[in-house]
Amino acid sequence: MEKEEVLSLSPMQLDALREIGNIGAGNAATALSQIINRKIDMSVPRLNILPLSEVPDVVGGADAMVAGVYLRVFGPAPSSILFLLPRDSAFSLVDMAMGREGGTTEVLNAMDESALMEIGNILAGSFLNALSYFTKMTLLPSLPALAMDMAGAILSVILIQLGQVGDYALVIETEFATEANDVRGHFFLIPDPGSLSVILSTLGVSE
Amino acid sequence: MPELIKVGMADLKVGKNPDSLISYGLGSCVGIALYDSQIKVGGLAHIMLPDSTQARASDNTAKFADTAIPVLLEQVLRLGALKNRVTAKIAGGSQMFSFAQATDVMRIGDRNVEAVREVLKSLSIRILADDVGGNYGRTVELLLDSGVFVIKTVNKGDNRL
Repeated sequence: MEKEEVLSLSPMQLDALREIGNIGAGNAATALSQIINRKIDMSVPRLNILPLSEVPDVVGGADAMVAGVYLRVFGPAPSSILFLLPRDSAFSLVDMAMGREGGTTEVLNAMDESALMEIGNILAGSFLNALSYFTKMTLLPSLPALAMDMAGAILSVILIQLGQVGDYALVIETEFATEANDVRGHFFLIPDPGSLSVILSTLGVSE
Repeated sequence: MPELIKVGMADLKVGKNPDSLISYGLGSCVGIALYDSQIKVGGLAHIMLPDSTQARASDNTAKFADTAIPVLLEQVLRLGALKNRVTAKIAGGSQMFSFAQATDVMRIGDRNVEAVREVLKSLSIRILADDVGGNYGRTVELLLDSGVFVIKTVNKGDNRL
């Protein structure tokens, strides 16, 4: 059996992807910071190649309660974008975005849900801007979809697509947090099977 | 002490009374519990995809309905179960996100459930109960002392099959 694509990336290719992740996530963090008018700390993006079954551990295990905003990316390199927040962080983020006092939101009404989706939309858009700029590709996000559920269940949507061609996922992942640490989140870019080589060749690091 | 045996995504495990088998956070995946009530042994598989022939070759047979269920059955039989006593309960196969433009990718939960039913039928294993579909996640646990299949959800309460 030929080796899986994600397992045979060179150090230079990994660096290029990490850099893209860095700039894209930086853009997204700036956008988030402007929406909620707070300083956002961002981790250096981690580029992980993980067995599919271990991906939910990144966000605290398959049964961790999270809010997930999911978008498909259309264009020459179809991908999935997923913005995951622990449930409490999602509530705090909604408080900030809707101008409520912290700790007010305990369930999401329809308006709160659209606010979260819109935030996901803006983050994805700013991430994709950076990616489009470097790859010279037109990458467009779908409308966002929201789910509040177990992390494993939400991630399965993406992992199943990857499972059709392999047993590993390339996960470009960044952690965000406000200074008070009341909003933490993970931003995932997961290229579809086949999209990775498109991205690498437009970056000039295909082998 | 009864043991709680964890079954990951694209994984399968077997066990016997008084242990239980648990798999956390199923979305579009399907959990298949096989059980022999007479000798109280059983197994749980957490499959991701319907059909191994539609995918690139994989070493992991537990990933697909068509390859996982026969392996699970074989392992349950190896613990002493008799095939004509083995019954099944299934759960999962939801659609977590709804999009206006629903594609085949989005319908994967339904396709997984269909495939699981077909494979069980071809092996002549009866499905005693199911809890499938919807748009929410499930944690499933097979209690090997009773054969009860417990389905836990975030907003829809618990269900005992």
